[in-house]
Amino acid sequence: MSVLTDLTIAEARDGLRRKDFSAQELAAVHNEAVERIAPLNAFVTTTPERALEMAAASDARLAKGEAGALEGIPLAIKDLFCTKGVLTTASSHILDGFTPPYESTVTEKLWAAGAVMLGKTNMDEFAMGSSTTSSYYGSTANPWRRPGDNRPLVPGGSSGGSAAAVAAHAALAATGTDTGGSIRQPASFCGIVGLKPTYGRCSRWGVVAFASSLDHPGPMTRTVRDAAIMLGAMAGHDPKDSTSAPLLVPDYEAALTGDIRGLRVGIPKEYRVDGMAAEIETLWQAGIDWLKQAGAEPVEILLPMTKYALPAYYVIAPAEASSNLARYDGVKFGLRVDGDSLDDMYEKTRAAGFGAEVRRRVLIGTYVLSAGYYDAYYLKAQRVRTLIARDFAAVFERCDVILTPTAPSAAFPIGEKADDPVAMYLNDVFTVPADLAGIPAISVPAGLADGLPLGLQIIGRAFDEETVLRVGQVLESAAGFPHVPSVFAGAP
Amino acid sequence: MALDKATVARIATLARIRVTEDELEPLAAELSGILDWVEQLMAVNTENVPPMTSVAEMTLPMREDVVTDGDDRDAALSNAPRAARGFYAVPKVVE
Repeated sequence: MSVLTDLTIAEARDGLRRKDFSAQELAAVHNEAVERIAPLNAFVTTTPERALEMAAASDARLAKGEAGALEGIPLAIKDLFCTKGVLTTASSHILDGFTPPYESTVTEKLWAAGAVMLGKTNMDEFAMGSSTTSSYYGSTANPWRRPGDNRPLVPGGSSGGSAAAVAAHAALAATGTDTGGSIRQPASFCGIVGLKPTYGRCSRWGVVAFASSLDHPGPMTRTVRDAAIMLGAMAGHDPKDSTSAPLLVPDYEAALTGDIRGLRVGIPKEYRVDGMAAEIETLWQAGIDWLKQAGAEPVEILLPMTKYALPAYYVIAPAEASSNLARYDGVKFGLRVDGDSLDDMYEKTRAAGFGAEVRRRVLIGTYVLSAGYYDAYYLKAQRVRTLIARDFAAVFERCDVILTPTAPSAAFPIGEKADDPVAMYLNDVFTVPADLAGIPAISVPAGLADGLPLGLQIIGRAFDEETVLRVGQVLESAAGFPHVPSVFAGAP
Repeated sequence: MALDKATVARIATLARIRVTEDELEPLAAELSGILDWVEQLMAVNTENVPPMTSVAEMTLPMREDVVTDGDDRDAALSNAPRAARGFYAVPKVVE
């Protein structure tokens, strides 16, 4: 029998139904794999006992022929999703000891489909970052290393723990959230698939809020097929989230026909940024060629507002964050630092509870929303956001999907870019526009540069995840990416 | 736009985050760096462009104004750093 941790979701699902192995065996080998990759610091909390209990329940349902879509599939959950009775930290000191008395809608749906929880994964504090170095619980290391160089690399972020766990074969898949690129950029850095669905496709209820108009929960998997299966289980209308789309969820796996003949693929000129690595340029061209060979038609397109997406994001996201994070006051849950007065307690609690990046963004957000600056910064950025959405609407008249690189570089060493916030922000230059416009986008591992993974991104029309996944799978097959990072929990 | 120490201190008070005197100078430099970079937005002509207010073009749904969840004081208080007699406890606010 092949190593159980090397299976895809689709293979594990079929193996469980054939009774080749049990859900409890599958959970046990993944619990061991989670332990083995402990040096990566991918998890804040592990839940091995819960995994075995949930797997036992899965085995009972499998025996009765009542298996759900993800029956017995071991998953890692980003520590931004509230999980009933299990510590939920958002990787922040200020949520010390917070044990939610409720379950997020997305995780609730995953458990209802039969999935098994392995633990909660590390992330940038409150999902603010692109390197998983701003966690209160320490940095996560990428399972990949540059050949001949033993320095630990960042896994990307903010869903870096999820990406590292999936890439190291310690979980079959994981949940992530994407506000400016936090699913796709770590997927690119760790050589896995990351899908940011359309805004409103997956409920935000019970997901610790960062920037509410930009937060997108989504799946992180090793194959495009697995992303389709997992999205099907996560998506759907939720009355508890007023921005959740009241639309039926299509059969995403059925959309993977492999047929993209006649599809028009937009290639945006503006994504050729200054100083982009030659390997990325080459890989992008390879992606264009692969899709062309599969019968698609590349089309040159213009997205003139691209360069303004990142600065608009760094007004809007901090503004929403400063408002959302106002709830952390040391009164109702989490950390409290005592003070002489209520205000003194608030200020001391928030000073001790927030890390440097979160503090920076709350202060920027407070400034751009403050009297006299609201119009100049916040409203201006929201007008630019309208223009960015219009850019996409216009090009989707001429093409069906857009192909771009996912990130402007491969993974970099932990500690690099640490003292220059703007340099760190530039990691998200290719991912932020789809968040601002709320449209679906997937990162698919497409090649190696210097021995490190690089992803290509497919962006699609709102609520057309099916085409995004279909093209993503064609790209995946053509690329034939080798899933073998240096730290590998699966094979001995 | 360059922020001075006094402005940073004022924002920190609005945000209810204690910032010590020796942190003000480096923070002012960091925040000014970010705002300088954001300034490029001013080059965009946004005349007659409405600000985006909703990502998906949809009307917010209405529902009956009734209790759908909650009414579980003990569960809510179970996470409180300090609670007394069924209430959250905070430092005295009235002399």
